[in-house]
Amino acid sequence: MTLEMRYLTARYDVPDAHRLEVAERHGAYAAARKALTQMTPEQIREEVKAAHIRGRGGAGFPMGVKWGFLRPAPGQQVYLVVNADEGEPGTFKDRSIMERDPHRLVEGCIIACRAIGAHRCWIYVRCELALAMQRLDEAIAAARARGYLGPRPFGVPHEIEIFTHPGAGAYICGEETALLESLEGRRGEPRLKPPFPAVRGAFGMPTIVNNVESIAHLPDVITMGGAAFAALGRLPGEGGTRLYGVSGHVKKPGIYEAPSGITLRELIYDLGGGMLHEDRPLKAVIPGGSSTPLIPASLVVHAPAPSHPLHAWHGKSALDVPMGVETFRALGSMLGTCGAIVMDSSVSMVEVARNLMRFYAHESCGQCTPCREGTGWLVDIMDRICEGRGRPEDVALLVDVSNDMMGNTICALADGTAMPMLALVKYFHEEFLEAVRGGARDRRLDDSTRALVGGAP
Amino acid sequence: MAFALSPEREQLAAQILTRYPDPRAACIPLLHLCQQQHGWCSPEVIDYVARRIGVSTAHVLGVVTFYTSLFQKPHPPNVVWVCRTLSCDLRGAKVIQEHLERRLGCRPGGRSKDGKFALKKAECLAACGGAPVVQINDRYYENLTLAELDRILDEIAARTAAVEPSEPRHQEPDAGGAA
Repeated sequence: MTLEMRYLTARYDVPDAHRLEVAERHGAYAAARKALTQMTPEQIREEVKAAHIRGRGGAGFPMGVKWGFLRPAPGQQVYLVVNADEGEPGTFKDRSIMERDPHRLVEGCIIACRAIGAHRCWIYVRCELALAMQRLDEAIAAARARGYLGPRPFGVPHEIEIFTHPGAGAYICGEETALLESLEGRRGEPRLKPPFPAVRGAFGMPTIVNNVESIAHLPDVITMGGAAFAALGRLPGEGGTRLYGVSGHVKKPGIYEAPSGITLRELIYDLGGGMLHEDRPLKAVIPGGSSTPLIPASLVVHAPAPSHPLHAWHGKSALDVPMGVETFRALGSMLGTCGAIVMDSSVSMVEVARNLMRFYAHESCGQCTPCREGTGWLVDIMDRICEGRGRPEDVALLVDVSNDMMGNTICALADGTAMPMLALVKYFHEEFLEAVRGGARDRRLDDSTRALVGGAP
Repeated sequence: MAFALSPEREQLAAQILTRYPDPRAACIPLLHLCQQQHGWCSPEVIDYVARRIGVSTAHVLGVVTFYTSLFQKPHPPNVVWVCRTLSCDLRGAKVIQEHLERRLGCRPGGRSKDGKFALKKAECLAACGGAPVVQINDRYYENLTLAELDRILDEIAARTAAVEPSEPRHQEPDAGGAA
């Protein structure tokens, strides 16, 4: 039996599914019609709560609970903002929705707007995704022409207008309050919270910010009912199917839809087709985007206490723990976006650290000193280690700097830098020490793939 | 000389401004629109956008300097972004970059000898499943090999030579100091 399921991806392989008439022939907008014409906003919200959708943008916050924070004062507008600023290394799922089935996202936006009482929705798309943006603009225009958007969608007097809004190349704008700053036309510097966006979001109004995939699940939630959707998942409280990404050293990198709660082993060896080279076994995997601490292939669950959330997997490989928000937190990592980066035995973890730290140093917005300076320090230390100029105290210094960044900043970028850094040092301590001692010399990360690209082996 | 959008783009700008309860939100979309026409966010473009949305030029300059896709200097007609984040690096992105450097005769941040290409390093382009990935102008090229890359560059180089005379690039010689 295959793990793959086709709910969210049902129209992915339908030719021209980005065109309204094709999408509609394959079921698009039936759920939106049902939600608007046969259900009250309360009923929609109840179904979404029952669906147990954990936010698909990486934080895993329950979608229904987030919606529940809205308490608009009389006369206040409510806004829906869709986060399509996908950019977490290892994550590449939202683009596939927007390019291959944009009407699913538009339909989800209509359902969400009705449910939360919003009349305006902005989809914030990173500007590099030109095709996604074009497909969405076309889908919005087509839906509007058909009367699914505008003053009376499906004849219901609940005005809904959806607009796309381009980013301009900044990872930090995926953080929801930085995204709102950017949407309002400013530098993408995250806001202090509280107030949370549900209280004071876009243009000072109560706002719900949801990830593309979270919204794209809504048509299925309405069609199947929240409880049935939840039952597709394998874990309590984490419902539905979701999009898994797998990249790096596997045979079949790509996006796969499967139930919530599959294992890393299933993701790598079943969906991902197994390791790229039989003679280069798995060394470690970053489970859900680069900010989630990596999991070494050798990690065994240690949970002897019966009260431990992972007790059922005590003594088993971490690769056999179901991928859930709670289970992966208990494992010392995070579920994140379920975009796994797979690394084989040829990979130098010291170089992995340098690669990731460069990313974060480039993408820190510079607002908070611990993050701006800390990410720069981590790169400097990694550069000198990798270039053979490491100092004996450097490994301890990496830990020190990381700890000083954690929890001391406005947003989670610093934590998202420090956590993977700490995990790398923790699990591959010897490798770091050896690099410092032995004078590592710029080890390449593409040892096992150079020949595939056509480079000299 | 003051910057002005073409009539079609001017119409689009007016439409964009209606999308938000506050015109200042149009800052980034308008900058993109101007950059499409002008090639970069020149001081004149910044002045134009600031006037159009009712903010100071300093505010717009602050926005331009924050985002990597808004260019602060004139650049060649084609921009090649090579993704060097982890998933791409695991699949040979460094080989791709080295090949681009040899072929274009420049390092990231530079321009090719024939003036047709700028080479830049990109952070994650969110196409990790298709690594190694290169973005050229508005298009992604995935699962690249060196042979494929050469073919793409040949094609773009040929096309660029043909369109250049009828569409002169704006290359203000005295600009670029603001960066």
